[in-house]
Amino acid sequence: MKVGVLALQGDVREHVLALQECGADPVIVRRSAEIAAIDALILPGGESTTIALLAQVFDVFELIRDRIRDGLPVYGSCAGMILLADRVLDAVDGQRTFGGLDITVRRNAFGRQVDSFESDLSVKGVTPAPLKAVFIRAPWVEQVGQGVEVLASIQGSDGREHPVAVRQGTILATSFHPELTGDHRIHRYFLEQVCRSATRIK
Amino acid sequence: MAETTGTGRVKRGMAEMLKGGVIMDVVNAEQAKIAQDAGAVAVMALERVPADIRAQGGVARMSDPDMIEKIKAAVSIPVMAKARIGHFVEAQILQSLGVDYIDESEVLTPADYKNHINKWNFTVPFVCGATNLGEALRRINEGAAMIRSKGEAGTGDVSNAVTHMREIGGEIRRLTSMREDELYVAAKEMQAPFELVKEVAQNGKLPVVLFTAGGIATPADAAMMMHMGADGVFIGSGIFKSGDPARRAAACVKATTFFDDPKIIADASRGLGDAMVGINVADIPVPHRLADRGW
Repeated sequence: MKVGVLALQGDVREHVLALQECGADPVIVRRSAEIAAIDALILPGGESTTIALLAQVFDVFELIRDRIRDGLPVYGSCAGMILLADRVLDAVDGQRTFGGLDITVRRNAFGRQVDSFESDLSVKGVTPAPLKAVFIRAPWVEQVGQGVEVLASIQGSDGREHPVAVRQGTILATSFHPELTGDHRIHRYFLEQVCRSATRIK
Repeated sequence: MAETTGTGRVKRGMAEMLKGGVIMDVVNAEQAKIAQDAGAVAVMALERVPADIRAQGGVARMSDPDMIEKIKAAVSIPVMAKARIGHFVEAQILQSLGVDYIDESEVLTPADYKNHINKWNFTVPFVCGATNLGEALRRINEGAAMIRSKGEAGTGDVSNAVTHMREIGGEIRRLTSMREDELYVAAKEMQAPFELVKEVAQNGKLPVVLFTAGGIATPADAAMMMHMGADGVFIGSGIFKSGDPARRAAACVKATTFFDDPKIIADASRGLGDAMVGINVADIPVPHRLADRGW
């Protein structure tokens, strides 16, 4: 299975390393031909506005959107979660997302960089709990659609619980950055649970 | 649930998210929006771009908090701001304003000619300039979570940025070829802590993200600096001192992502209007070179 990491901007190297340490053989992808040839995709952390803009400028936006819609297994962390969300709050005017994940996400929901934090987090399907989750100017999920499974939640500054890890079929997204911690269980979950179930459906 | 802010991972991780991107100097909300629309990953809010600081002279200080807040309100990408070298109160003010990164910058007039800010005391992360590996590691030892090569700010002359990136890269490569017992002398010679020297020798890279800065004015400059091993690019005067800032900004973003594709850089370089006029670094008398500030 060929897993691509979208390399328009962001912490591509960390995702590549995490995948390698899980025994996968990742490739970095930027061009249409490269994106057309992969069996799974990771959208890294970074600036969601920049990544979306570059995807449009270099004509890969529709291709990525369509491949996700057609069942390409995909995992997005932080900016990647925003790019997968069907609806975005606090977006820049005209900001587009690939979509596919029936959630409403709020950008920079936890605050600015001085509010960025790490925390122990229990994620459904990842044992033993907890894992160390690193949130950097992170989004949270405001609302989920019916087919979306919430894997982890955390209390926001508004006092309410907000999902920070969600899955809908072949799409996995986290507000936090497992690629920064050396604990690769989320990547393993993606490879072993999400990608494998996609293969079964095929 | 215990939540910890300001950890090394959170500070350094923030810089990891900026990789492959362009951070642009802006002096008002309008420029900040142009930068964001062009695909900048962050903006650096300051009152005068380095070219104007150089031209106008005088003491250059932290920007007016009102101006920083207006820029923060105008964009959703991270906002950075500069404090003078050693001026920890300016840094405290910037942290209280909620800026996302502080640049302890030689572009401003230094406040302390011996000591840099103790950056471990802050929740907000810092980026610092360096001209060589020893300087980079001293800054990291003081708590910097990101390094940028200094170059010579406000010139539009990329040569010093190249010198500094080659210097840092060359010293890293040299360390990786050394025996462990030789690293002690290497650490002594570059006046850097042994533990950091050893870490660099083992990993073949800095323990934090390395951007480049100082004199980058064209898409080709940005792409060349990425080839030199930069994780990303700061562009100061180069964008808003040029003829068509919006186009030049977008072009530099494209060239940074596709730095290894000359065809894309060629297309991005078309019809950008005038580049900033610039000054040759060689024509600037040594005492007026900003890169020499920092110790």
